[in-house]
Amino acid sequence: MTRHKTRAILGTGALLVTGALALTACGSGFDDGGAGGGDASELTSSEDALTILIGSSGDAETDAVTEAVAAWSEESGIDATVQVANDLPQQLSQGFAAGSPPDLFYLATEALAGYAGNGSLKAYGDLLSNKDDFYPSLVQNFTFEDEFYCAPKDFSTLQLIINQGLWDAAGLTDADIPATWDDLATVAATLTKDGVTGLAFGPEYQRLGAFMAQAGGQLVSDDGTEAVANSPENVEALTYVQEQMAAGNFAYSSDLGAGWGGEAFGKQLSAMTIEGNWIQGAMTNDFPDVDYVVAELPAGPAGQGTMQFTNCWGMAADSPNQQAALDLVEYLTSAEQQLAFSEAFGPMPSAQSAAEQWTADNPDLAAFLAGADYAKGVPTNDGIAAVITDFNAQLEGLKAGDPQQILDTVQENTEAVVG
Amino acid sequence: MTTTVAAPPREGGSGRGIRRGEALAGWVFTLPVILILGIFLLAPVLMALWVSFSDWSGRGSPLSANVRFVGLDNYASITTGGGLPTRDFGISLRNNAWYVLLVVPLQTALSLFLAMLVNRAILRGRGIFRTAFYFPSVTSSVAITVLWLFLFSATGVVNEVLSWIGINGPNWFQDPNGIVHNALAAFGVTTGPPALTENDFLGLSWWNWLAGPSVAMTAFIIMAVFTTSGTFMLLFIAALQNLSGDVQEAAMVDGANAWQRFWRVTLPQLRPTLFTVLTLGLIGCWQVFDQIYTGTQGGPGKTTLTPAYLSYSSAFLGQDWGQGAAIAFILFAIIVVFTLFQRWALRERPVSRRRARQYQPSQPKEAKR
Repeated sequence: MTRHKTRAILGTGALLVTGALALTACGSGFDDGGAGGGDASELTSSEDALTILIGSSGDAETDAVTEAVAAWSEESGIDATVQVANDLPQQLSQGFAAGSPPDLFYLATEALAGYAGNGSLKAYGDLLSNKDDFYPSLVQNFTFEDEFYCAPKDFSTLQLIINQGLWDAAGLTDADIPATWDDLATVAATLTKDGVTGLAFGPEYQRLGAFMAQAGGQLVSDDGTEAVANSPENVEALTYVQEQMAAGNFAYSSDLGAGWGGEAFGKQLSAMTIEGNWIQGAMTNDFPDVDYVVAELPAGPAGQGTMQFTNCWGMAADSPNQQAALDLVEYLTSAEQQLAFSEAFGPMPSAQSAAEQWTADNPDLAAFLAGADYAKGVPTNDGIAAVITDFNAQLEGLKAGDPQQILDTVQENTEAVVG
Repeated sequence: MTTTVAAPPREGGSGRGIRRGEALAGWVFTLPVILILGIFLLAPVLMALWVSFSDWSGRGSPLSANVRFVGLDNYASITTGGGLPTRDFGISLRNNAWYVLLVVPLQTALSLFLAMLVNRAILRGRGIFRTAFYFPSVTSSVAITVLWLFLFSATGVVNEVLSWIGINGPNWFQDPNGIVHNALAAFGVTTGPPALTENDFLGLSWWNWLAGPSVAMTAFIIMAVFTTSGTFMLLFIAALQNLSGDVQEAAMVDGANAWQRFWRVTLPQLRPTLFTVLTLGLIGCWQVFDQIYTGTQGGPGKTTLTPAYLSYSSAFLGQDWGQGAAIAFILFAIIVVFTLFQRWALRERPVSRRRARQYQPSQPKEAKR
């Protein structure tokens, strides 16, 4: 018996020792780091090479970014490698937890607050020489607790995509392009026939938010401190969409058996859709035979409104060579470089100085850029992503749901994460 | 037995005689495994446990000085907080409970049935059947999920086949309606009694708890049964082949028909395997993640959200590492409780007196005296 006990004690002891060893090993492996983030004035500087982690949409984007970074390396003499993430949020989280994050990375608006809040990010926005060239609304998107964190790398807006063939076949002309909600309902009704729905879009806030903006509503006030999700404006927007769905003029892409609005549109299950700049690539690759035009979304009761989506170049607080990283960001967000990116894989430059050239290069897509003037961004409060996921889950049931009730729940959830 | 008196004590490495140092050698040989398990299994588990009690934000080491102990806060926010985290956790438990409730019995029954089929000596081409049934288990769950998304799309093969018999199939992976609610709606019941709708548990009304798996989740349930029953079939085949024929023969001599032989003779002998299959099934079902991650990410309407996926998304996407870890440990507790319950339910019991009496020759009353 005693023998067993000794062994048991020995065994436990050994496990504990290994455990402790492992823990201390881990402890020393992590870089506990300083406070980081907050202070914008001091940048680290060294001879270290840079690592850039991107979430790429495909080879075109990967090649374009790799080439641009290589060109900068040549110029600056600092090595830099581009890695393509297969799961960006996960890889970033791992990097931050281990204290060895990439120096620069794509950062989504909804991830900003979480990473900024725990000090993982360097707030370098105010140090950028081209700071004033970015659209103010994009700067707002990447401002957390009054600090401009990172340079918007590009952006997209939502607009109305119209199937030219179906439009003409229904006897509609350019003059019929809807300017108001009533117009939109009318043309959607005209286009709804022969198994084609007038307008289809994804069942999510990231599309319906455009209607909310047109009605003058949003989820969180502009300064990000107040939840305004259940405002009468938002109720009006959802009610309008609900009515049109009940009438059969609008439909969710999922109800038509498509994965997203672009697919419903490309397969000609719907004559119109609400999508962003990325629709261009999808149409060229998957549905080259469908002829389409991009028009501005109609104005709602409160005027024009749409949603904008953007990413920024996040910089790690733990990066040993932030000076070089800043230089690279300035290079990558310069007007010329952004125009080159736009040509390679489609997004719109975040620099206002590139706008004229971009419009000249892409006359058919001008409506997207016009949206920059009145677009609303996705809120960036910490924890808002879960709220939006929940909102989306409820929007799927909008057809049979009660807009006021849905928005009241969203209001409650938003209040919990705002302020 | 006199020799044992002379035998040297075998304790530690200090013993004398030819067996000295054996204990040390034992430790040396097991050390690599202890180290590997310690570093890669025990330490991470302990760290995760610590994270679930701390306010670690995901940056730097969770053991650093500026990470504070917050007690049960993380657990409270997902169980009693009443906000969105609580409701999400409630929804995920609801979804997964239905998944377990349907998948575990179905996959066990199906795998046993398949094993009985391919175990029969008279069946030609047994090997082919066994391979065919086992094949789905070999394929990666990601590949199967993608296949499933195609098969069960609105215009997919499944709906096409259903249309041949006049059924207008649902848009499987986009349909958030619970199948129990759907069935009730067919009888005109669309809202529950106030007792169910007005009281809630984990932020979800009882009426919603009883909604059943959504149509989307049902597709996942069918997939789980399809992919796992092959593996469990193998376990049952192995067990069946270990059964001796004489018990069967004895039962036949006693005049038991095939059904009685299966129910009263074969099945009780399979109890250890049944326990293994049910336990593995329970664990696998409570941990369902791959399919959700690749397939629906919790949609539509959060009806395929599972605790495992919620744990991942609140940690990696929401940066709420403490909550993510807390969900993982609650999940662990659930699995342990279910396994213990099952062990208790499947324990060896003495034959009940009523049952035993059936086998005893009827005794004349005089003999009792």
